[in-house]
Amino acid sequence: MSGGGGLTLYEVTVRHQGPFGPITAVDGVSLEVPRGTTVGLVGESGSGKSTLARAIVGLDPPCSGRIAVGGREYGGRREADRRRLGQQVQLVFQDPDTALDPRMTVRQSIAEAAGAFVRLDRRGREQRVGELLELVGLDAGCAGRLPRQLSGGQRQRVAVARAVAVGPAVLIADEVTSALDVSVRAALLAMLRDLQRRMGFAMLFISHDLAAVRQVADAVAVMYLGRIVEAASTESLLRGPRHPYTRTLLSAVPSLHAGRRPAEEPLLAGEVPDPASPPTGCRFHPRCPVGPARHAGRDVCAVRDPQRDAAGKPHRAACHFPYRADDRPPQARRVPPDDDGDRTPRTPGDLPS
Amino acid sequence: MTTVSARLGAPVRHRPWVVFCCRRAARLVVALFVVVTASFAMIRLIPGDPVRAALGVDAPPDLVAAKRRELGLDRGLPEQYWQHLRRLARGDLGVSLVTGEPVADLVRARLPATLLLAVLAFACVLVVALPGGLLAAVWTRGRRRPRAELAFTATTSVLAGVPDFVLAAGLTAGLAVALPVLPVAGDLGPRSYVLPVLALALAPTAVLLRIVRVETLKVLAADYVRAARAKRLPALRLHLRHVAPNALTASLTFAGNLLPALIAGTVLVEKVFAWPGIGSAMAQSVAAQDYAVVEASVLVLGSSVLVVNFLVDLALALLDPRSVIRKT
Amino acid sequence: MGVITLAMLGSLAVLAVAGAVVWGQQADRPDPSAVLRGPTAGHPLGTDRLGRDLLARLLAATWPSLLPAVAATLLGAAAGITLGALTAVVGGRAARLLGALINLLLAFPALLVAMFFAALFGAGAGGAVFALAVACAPGFARITQTLAAQVAGTDFMAAARVLGLRRHRLLLRHVLPHIAEPLMLNTAVAAGSALVALSGLSFLGLGVQPPSYDWGLMLSQGLDRIYTEPLPAVAPGIAIVYATVAFQLLGEMLAGAAVRQARPRPEEEPVAHAARADRPASTDHVLEVEDLRVVLPTADGVVRPVRGVTLTLRRGELVGLVGESGSGKSLAALAVADLLPDDARVTWTTHRFLGADAESLTREQRRRQLATGMALIFQNPASAFNPSLRLGRQMTEAVRAHRGTPRAEAVEQALAQLQRVGLPAGRRLLRSRPFQLSGGQRQRVAIAAASMMRPDLIIADEPTTALDVTVQRQIMDLLRRVRREDATAILFISHDIALVADACDRVLVMYGGTIVENLPARELAAGARHPYTRMLVASVPDLAADRDPPPLTIEGGPPDPCGTAPGCPFHDRCPHRLDRCAVDSPVLSPLRPEHEVACWRPLPAAPLGGARETEEVEK
Repeated sequence: MSGGGGLTLYEVTVRHQGPFGPITAVDGVSLEVPRGTTVGLVGESGSGKSTLARAIVGLDPPCSGRIAVGGREYGGRREADRRRLGQQVQLVFQDPDTALDPRMTVRQSIAEAAGAFVRLDRRGREQRVGELLELVGLDAGCAGRLPRQLSGGQRQRVAVARAVAVGPAVLIADEVTSALDVSVRAALLAMLRDLQRRMGFAMLFISHDLAAVRQVADAVAVMYLGRIVEAASTESLLRGPRHPYTRTLLSAVPSLHAGRRPAEEPLLAGEVPDPASPPTGCRFHPRCPVGPARHAGRDVCAVRDPQRDAAGKPHRAACHFPYRADDRPPQARRVPPDDDGDRTPRTPGDLPS
Repeated sequence: MTTVSARLGAPVRHRPWVVFCCRRAARLVVALFVVVTASFAMIRLIPGDPVRAALGVDAPPDLVAAKRRELGLDRGLPEQYWQHLRRLARGDLGVSLVTGEPVADLVRARLPATLLLAVLAFACVLVVALPGGLLAAVWTRGRRRPRAELAFTATTSVLAGVPDFVLAAGLTAGLAVALPVLPVAGDLGPRSYVLPVLALALAPTAVLLRIVRVETLKVLAADYVRAARAKRLPALRLHLRHVAPNALTASLTFAGNLLPALIAGTVLVEKVFAWPGIGSAMAQSVAAQDYAVVEASVLVLGSSVLVVNFLVDLALALLDPRSVIRKT
Repeated sequence: MGVITLAMLGSLAVLAVAGAVVWGQQADRPDPSAVLRGPTAGHPLGTDRLGRDLLARLLAATWPSLLPAVAATLLGAAAGITLGALTAVVGGRAARLLGALINLLLAFPALLVAMFFAALFGAGAGGAVFALAVACAPGFARITQTLAAQVAGTDFMAAARVLGLRRHRLLLRHVLPHIAEPLMLNTAVAAGSALVALSGLSFLGLGVQPPSYDWGLMLSQGLDRIYTEPLPAVAPGIAIVYATVAFQLLGEMLAGAAVRQARPRPEEEPVAHAARADRPASTDHVLEVEDLRVVLPTADGVVRPVRGVTLTLRRGELVGLVGESGSGKSLAALAVADLLPDDARVTWTTHRFLGADAESLTREQRRRQLATGMALIFQNPASAFNPSLRLGRQMTEAVRAHRGTPRAEAVEQALAQLQRVGLPAGRRLLRSRPFQLSGGQRQRVAIAAASMMRPDLIIADEPTTALDVTVQRQIMDLLRRVRREDATAILFISHDIALVADACDRVLVMYGGTIVENLPARELAAGARHPYTRMLVASVPDLAADRDPPPLTIEGGPPDPCGTAPGCPFHDRCPHRLDRCAVDSPVLSPLRPEHEVACWRPLPAAPLGGARETEEVEK
């Protein structure tokens, strides 16, 4: 029994009905987010990270696999199932402009969430709204305002307050900073970390912004075309990425301080393949800088899926030819080594069924 | 480039056209079935005795009974329905309760006049509203001529509110009676088409003008038009090549819905102009309570509307192939 | 318009209530001595075949004409809205069935359905009302279904579902309030059509039966004598039109209230502050703009998004224009390119492109100059291409229009450009349409299209914002390559200060509609002198830097774009402000060669090697 209040995903697969047949957006993802910790989920558009978020909260129910919170499984589509899940898992959406009902004041939005599972009288509700606003760092004067009278950062804080109002065991933050200006991002991230310290929920922090993930996450998982290709503790992954895709992703992040990059570093070849007909074997092999396209004799990549071999290791990289940990990545030259290698997301191999 | 070819190949591989056509055809068949059943049910559900109503209160009872037998109204409903379908399959629409003439002859004689009227009116609507709405949008975009915009909105909303049969009465009073420049009624050559077509087309034209203008304004605000403006193409080419095709595909969907309404609208307008069409036949038979003719008219008008709907859908899909993929 | 509408509706209401009381008796009083009269002094509209006064009948018929129309609309709306709302509440299969049913019902024109049911329910006012209700219900069902589906797709509905709210609460609290407004509008318009249809039914003899009467029946009776006497037919027609238009306008008014477009007049600009002395035109400069200002009327009032931008671009220079949302960077660029919306007003003291003053050229000359000398790349590659035209035409039309290049030659050029941006299967691509390409491919095609003309300046407005980081790098490398090979100057607009520092030669930092600092990109990380730039740099999290301390947040919000207060736009958030900052606007002035700052007290140059100024800034 692992987890203890955290979120456990076991072989979760989500299919969409695309215009030309089913598309497997998330393909057999296993992940664990222990209580009180944050796991960052990184990937580019189309990698399936947002679909995974919607699957966890029951908006796009998975077609196979298990989702457990605190060791208890959640599934089913009836209203009662939805309510059971909603008490445990909440989601904060990417765009604060659309995530709040434009006709409801901040007070109404938060009170609705606070009263979703507990019956509260008027005074209790008022008190709870005040507490929650303080928790997310807004002053009580905001309560009477409509979303459009708030700034983007404030709106996102209201959305966070609404999500944590039910006291969830798991919070999913889906690209919460990407619609915000850089000058307010840091404060929102700090607020989320602070909130987690106080409330102790497990957080799955989904983002394409590696720098933001680094600010909040204890461990990071990288997704590509519906699969997790690499997962490790944050510093271990950013300092010594072992999967070629992670390395490319890291090297593409522009930096203010690292100085001018040489112009002709290797880039990813081609485009992200059509998720309706993904490549065989390792899904990254047609574009891989160290794969069969560049190195002769690595035909195994096109044939065998490296997922199985990677399972269960503290730094799992789904690659037949991973980089060694001491290969320096292009970005993290000045990061001092650190010692927290134990916050790796583990694969729940022994989940009771 | 493998992905480009994969993307290009995808629609062909999955044949959305076949799916699309099958769905539309299935919908047409179901709708036709509903029309047939409704027209069958009508004469049997009408309160009172339609045969007696048609023959008059003082008709002798044995004549009424004979008529009922002739129409098969004395048999069980399932058998009647079966007979109804078989007769329809043969093209037999029954006989008029009043005149005793076969209704099929009446339909054959009158349907073309109705369809011609509706199609002419529809053509007028398109010819005026498509370029007109486009011009109005270009002319008033970005609130640069607020007065013209107000005048346009006011005029079109008043015109859109004028019912076709009222307009028909007004036109008759004005252009046929007071100033006798055009024929009052009947089909007497091309000149007699002017008033009915005008009466039918005016309100839909106003409606479509507004829709085309709104759609064009949307297109004018689109990113790709700004991109085209960045190329500094001559205004005419910009509007004809970049704006018009996109604005018109969206507008034509609305326009397609107008044609069935136009066919239905002929009923009233034909009555005003005593037009020898199926609509006036229906109006007359309603007044005379000749339900055999009413039943046939409902059937014929209803199914023509459905067939026209189907054809319009196919035409729109041909114009804008992406909608096929979206809708399947 | 509102006044007219209210007046029309008010007069109808008064007539409806008072009509029967005041004129009822007169309308029913037969006068055998004056049968079928034309208009006379006693009977302004004439009399009918029983000698009753038509004007009195017309006025008295207001109530029996309007009431059934309104009743039928309300009945139909209630039925239709229930049906449509059900589709949003019930589960998948039932919802699909209901949707198919609505589709089927919609295939029949409402008028035909109304006639069918009117015949079925039996001629008479009651039957007509029910028939009409049945006929207009599917329309309401469809519009409710569409609107509810729109609401159901929003994030806030998803959030409410994640909260586990019960279905009825979702419907009452979140769906209905959002669709109530358009439904009301629709009901007003439908009432107008119901009146017409009802009159039509009476006209056909399927509606009101004598001795009752309404406008439709009066029209029908008047029509019998239209050859001799037009007025008895025309008058009820006018009444019908009057009422219909009143309902139409009511709908229009409701729609207008929903959109609520305020149209304030642009006020006069405050006098420009001290501009720098005119510099002579330099052949090295592609673009020189001084004191560019943009005024834009919006719903919230007059906005001044650009308040005195001064910038210069040299040949072959890659300049980043960086700022947060609302800083006016995109509008400044569009103003330079002469592509602002029609209602925007632009002023400047100098605007020189390729050495030629904007004022000294005729419209046509300027259009030609911009067409051949300047190209743009837009933020969203998904919407920047015309969806209905093939890419080949979109790539070649500019050279064909302005250079007169023949088609075949233009295609060859396009192929060469596509080759350069790494899209070798060019011919096939030229025949395809935009939706067949991925976002990164489209943006590469956009770059190829922009360089077709070999322009002297490319303005790239956030070209990588909609793209992933790995694709972003490809695009940046391509832009640098174009700049290097064609000596094209590029104005690169972005909100991503790290990307700009990484890719550009020079950076212009924009805040509150003005450029606050102009410095070489390599100095951005450590050498910025304006407090805003310094704080912006400190707020960027960096993969290479330490995790602690966390990045800085700039407290407060951006300046009000409508405000006209003088002074530095940053003064209320600035930790180093002086008294004069609130009163005088600082002017962008050189500190060193290649480095300009608009600040009354620029920060001292950073200590050697120290990248972060957080301690100082926070104090």
